[in-house]
Amino acid sequence: MVIRGAASIVIMRGHRDLTASRTRRRAASIASVPSSLHIAIPGFRISMIRSLGRWLAVCLLALVPLSAARAQLTIEIVGGAATMIPIAIVPFDAEATWPLGISGIVGADLSRSGLFRLVNTDGIVPRPARAADVQPAVWRARNADAVVVGSMRPLPDGRVDVRFALVDVVKQTTLVSMAFTVTQAQFRATAHKIADVIYEKLTGDPGVFSTRIAYIAKQGPRYQLMVADADGFNPQTIVSSNEPLLSPRWSPDGTQLAYVSFENRKPVVYLQSLTTGQRRPVANFRGSNSSPAWSPDGRKMVVTLSKDGGSQVFLMNPDGSGVTRVLTSQSIDTEAMFTPDGQSLVFTSDRGGTPQIYRANLLTRQVERLTFDGNYNVSPRPFPDGKGIVFVHRENGRFEIASLDFATRQMQVLTSGPADESPSIAPNGKMIIYANEAGGRGTLAAVSSDGRVKQRLVAPATDVREPAWGPLPRS
Amino acid sequence: MRNLLFVALIATALVGCSTTPTTEAPVVDKSGAAAAGAAGAQTSGAGAGGVSGSATGESTSPLHDPNNILSKRSVYFDYDSFVVKDEYKPLVEAHARWLQAHPDARMTIQGNTDERGSHEYNIALGQKRADAVKRMMVLLGARDSQIETVSFGKEKPKNPGHDEAAWAENRRDDIVYAGE
Repeated sequence: MVIRGAASIVIMRGHRDLTASRTRRRAASIASVPSSLHIAIPGFRISMIRSLGRWLAVCLLALVPLSAARAQLTIEIVGGAATMIPIAIVPFDAEATWPLGISGIVGADLSRSGLFRLVNTDGIVPRPARAADVQPAVWRARNADAVVVGSMRPLPDGRVDVRFALVDVVKQTTLVSMAFTVTQAQFRATAHKIADVIYEKLTGDPGVFSTRIAYIAKQGPRYQLMVADADGFNPQTIVSSNEPLLSPRWSPDGTQLAYVSFENRKPVVYLQSLTTGQRRPVANFRGSNSSPAWSPDGRKMVVTLSKDGGSQVFLMNPDGSGVTRVLTSQSIDTEAMFTPDGQSLVFTSDRGGTPQIYRANLLTRQVERLTFDGNYNVSPRPFPDGKGIVFVHRENGRFEIASLDFATRQMQVLTSGPADESPSIAPNGKMIIYANEAGGRGTLAAVSSDGRVKQRLVAPATDVREPAWGPLPRS
Repeated sequence: MRNLLFVALIATALVGCSTTPTTEAPVVDKSGAAAAGAAGAQTSGAGAGGVSGSATGESTSPLHDPNNILSKRSVYFDYDSFVVKDEYKPLVEAHARWLQAHPDARMTIQGNTDERGSHEYNIALGQKRADAVKRMMVLLGARDSQIETVSFGKEKPKNPGHDEAAWAENRRDDIVYAGE
């Protein structure tokens, strides 16, 4: 199945099953049915493009934004959940009026999550466009549990009225119906929003189809910090350099990226606004400055600095002021990240002789070692529910993505390596995007937090690495 | 004599700047053309003598004289190690003495790692390697303020390969003087 030029989706089954089956809340168990909502989607992407142009005006010598079309990611699914929700997505009424429809993108989103199986909608005449038109028996005969119908109508002002309904054909109820007034440029965003609503209704977890990801693309000698939609579309170059870029980190409100740039012949932490394009160094001390991370409220950052000797973790304000040391050791301390409650840091340290992951309470200053399996555990990322971390675990020379549950102290290896690194957890906690290698090039991949669903994100002829999943859009 | 040397050094630095405004990291000669033996130590000791006559001659600075140990700029490390091996101690000593003899000289030690492991942890590892060489130089008479240590982690591999030979080449500190 090929979707308009960029994202081809390939589904392959039968990959290794790492975990016990996942409990899933199904359509039948969802009670609440909001009445019709009306939402206008703001054009964040347009403001981003404008800001890039403004940034060009103050462009530095070594840093030039490039065209966005390169480094487009393609997402392939290489494994699925044990039981997938069978859902029929009926082409929206009058959708063919526009070159880009909505229902296809909704279907691609849901299918890519690995939690849904798309039911064939061919040959149903007439095609239902409203919840009232859906005949449950017809869809039950095709083994669908849920049906999505919708319509698109041009409005006199040039905008488009987009409506959809999600029908539970088992319980024979309408789970949700919504209407949007959007421009044609907002079709993709609207489709992602619809997919988010359907995903949440049927799984109980927020959808992340409207989120964005940041990553570093390397083409020849050039490094580009990119931001794209979660499905790989709309890649934008945020900054480009002949020297390495790494560790992009989203501010919690999604308006800024912190990252490390080597443009001054050493690692320096920069902060860049995605709305204005302005960038500035926020940690540029003698020595190395790296590993930025944000507090959950966005009012503090942690960075690793070597200015006082060694690599140590410091707290600071996002404007670069108020730099204070938070951890003190004679060893390496780095890769600090706040826990979701903002009260602790998880970080990597070699204080015990090998790199392991620790947790430090910011109030009591108590430090506790979290990882004990193996002699190399690094890059901790807390789950948004605060119940555990994802990290990089080395076993027999292979680097794999693993998770640790704080309550049970159980480690679960989620990927098979051999060079998996830089994990980043989706804001709903359900998927982890990470970097690996294929054919000698850096590629991105994603795995569900239970290890069952796997995706490959491929950018032709480009080395991609250092993915960072952005926050849920503020509604 | 010392003043003349500085004039020459500054001239060298200016020449370098004017021809390379886009400050690429300098290429360091690691060809090993000279046996790091008595000859190197000798020119190092009397190094200033040859400089005075030639404002443009980079090659006559002991720092760039392939027969001088000061032109050797790389210290290699074993896997997972931060120990400066005995074979690199003469090199570290020579640079420490140069810094001691030239209080205005400044250098950066750039630590590097092989490609295995996380980007950020490797930044810290490279930093630890750079700090190890700096610590030895300071013990040998260089001043702390003369040396900045930074890390490139695994981001700028000298050898892009993926085998043990490449990794060994990438576990390395490079010494770069200000103005180079």
